[in-house]
Amino acid sequence: MNEKENQSELLNHLHELQNSHPQQYITEEALNQTTQKFGLTKAEVYGVVSYYSMFSLKPRGKYIIRICQSPVCHLMGSQSLTEFLKQKLGVAVGETTNDGIFTIEHTECLGQCGKAPSMMVNKDVFTELSIDKLETLIEKLKTEAK
Amino acid sequence: MIQETKIGLARLGKIDPENINDAIALGAYDGLKIALSLNPDEILVRYESSGLRGRGGAGFPTGLKQKFTSQSCAECQKYVVCNADEGEPGTFKDRTIMQNDPHLLIEGMLIAAYTIGASKGFIYIRGEYNLSIHRIRKAIADASSNGFLGSNILGSDFSFELELRLGAGSYLCGEELTLLESLEGKRGYPRIKPPFPAEKGLWGNPTLINNVETFVQLPAILINGLDWYTALGTSESKGTKIFTISGRVNRPGFYEVEMGTTLRQLIEVLAGGMKDGYSFAGALLGGAAGTFVDASLLDTPMAYETLKAIGATMGSGAIIVLDNTTDKIDFLQNILEFFKHESCGKCVPCRIGTTLLSEMASQLKTNPEILQKMIDEASYMARTSLCPLGQSPVLPLKSFERYFATAITNV
Repeated sequence: MNEKENQSELLNHLHELQNSHPQQYITEEALNQTTQKFGLTKAEVYGVVSYYSMFSLKPRGKYIIRICQSPVCHLMGSQSLTEFLKQKLGVAVGETTNDGIFTIEHTECLGQCGKAPSMMVNKDVFTELSIDKLETLIEKLKTEAK
Repeated sequence: MIQETKIGLARLGKIDPENINDAIALGAYDGLKIALSLNPDEILVRYESSGLRGRGGAGFPTGLKQKFTSQSCAECQKYVVCNADEGEPGTFKDRTIMQNDPHLLIEGMLIAAYTIGASKGFIYIRGEYNLSIHRIRKAIADASSNGFLGSNILGSDFSFELELRLGAGSYLCGEELTLLESLEGKRGYPRIKPPFPAEKGLWGNPTLINNVETFVQLPAILINGLDWYTALGTSESKGTKIFTISGRVNRPGFYEVEMGTTLRQLIEVLAGGMKDGYSFAGALLGGAAGTFVDASLLDTPMAYETLKAIGATMGSGAIIVLDNTTDKIDFLQNILEFFKHESCGKCVPCRIGTTLLSEMASQLKTNPEILQKMIDEASYMARTSLCPLGQSPVLPLKSFERYFATAITNV
C-alpha cells in the first residue's frame, strides 16, 4: 500500500483504539499516537474523530446502549423505550451513569427493521424490544458488571 | 400466487456463510471462472445489454458505469469500491446478503474488477454491522487462501486485492462521493460533482462504486445468460430486487422478487398482510429519502419506470408500512429530525434548512398551512445543496402533501 492508501485505515484504527479502552473512548494519548502513526496533524485527526458519531472523546460506560430512533423503530414505539431507560438509569441520552456502567446513546437505523424496535449494547444487537425485556437485560448487565 | 425469485439470496439458508466450501459446492465463483475465460470488452457488452441498474437507490445503468470507468484511462490505477454503508431507514437487504452469502459479494466485485481493469478494491461497511463485518473479513481471508483473491487469480493474469474499511456512524457516507472521502480517512463531507467517480474517484483515480446488491447480480448474469436475465422483470427494470418490509405486517422481513412485483403482492401475499387489529394506512417507499404512497398505488408495479411515472421512488427497496395507529405527522417529524441530525453542515441551505423543517414540523398540528412553506423550503434546499441529503427532504414532504393532506386538516 502507498502512503495515501494507508490513510484509508484511519477509521479502522480509531475503532480498534476505542474498542480496546475499557471506557470506550479515544484518549488524548490515543489521539497523539494516531497523528504520529498516520503522519497527520492533530487537527486533522480531531476533525475525523469529532465528525463520526460512533467515536467519543469523553469516557463512556462499560456498556454503550445505542437505541435506534429511526422511522421504523419510532413507529414501533422506541420513544417509550428511551424514556424508560432514562428513568431507570437516571441519565439523559449521551450521558454515562455515575457508576460508569451504562451510557445511553441514540443511533440511526440499525437495519433490524423487520424486528423493530431494536438497539445495540456494545457489539450485540437486541430486537423486538419491550420495556419488560429492557428491564431484564439491564438487571442482568448490572449483575455482570460487578 | 407470487413467489420469490432469488439471485442475491439464492444460497441463503443453504450454506454455512462462514464456510467457503459450502458456497463453492453451490456454485460460488463459477461466474468468475466464466468471466476469466472472456475478454473484458465482451463482458462489458453483456452487462450493458443486461439492463441491470444500480440497486443503491439511483438506478443508474450498471453496464454504462462500468464502461465509463473502464474507458477513463488505459494504464492508471483503477479501484472497485463496494458501498456497504447501508443506512437508509427501513433498509436491510445488504446486511442480509453479507451475513448469508459473503462470497457472492466478493465474486461480484472480482468480476467487476476484471471487467474494468482494476487491481484493488475496498468494501466500505457500516461500523455497526458487526456480524457482517466478521463474515466478510473471514470470507476475504478464505477467498485469498483459496486463490480467488491476490495475484494471478485461478492461474490467470488477473490480480485483485480486496480490503475492508469500517464506517463510523454517518448516514451521509452512504452517498458515493462522501463515501470516497471517508474511505480516504477524512471527515465525511460531500464532493462537488462532476467529476464523477468513474473519472476521478478514490485519490483522484477512476473508481467503480456500486451497492452490495448490484454486485451480487453480476455472477448470475454470466452463469445463466442474458436471455434468462432479461426475461426477469419489466421492460426498463431487469432482474430481481430485494424489498425489505417493516411495520405492522404479519411477516416483516426481506423478500427478493422480480422487478415489477406490485406493492399489494409484497405486502398482502409475501408479508402476509396487516396484523390483526391493524389496517393499511399507506407506506413510505425507499426510506427517509423516499416517497409516501397510499392504498391507491397498491397495484403499481415496483419498477423504476412505473414508480417514476407516478412521482414515487423505489430507492433502496425499503417499504415502511404505516397503519391506522400511526401518527403520520409525528412520523414525518421523525424523518425531518433524522435529516437534521445527519446533515453534515457543509452547505448552508441544508444545515439551516433541515433545522427549520424539523421546527416547522412541530407546528404542523396547530398550523396546517405551514406544510406548503415546508415544501417551498425543501425545494429551495434541493436546488442549492451539493449532495442527495439536502436534495431529499422534498421527496417525503411533497408526497405527504399529495396523499396525506387530510391527516393534517383532520387533527
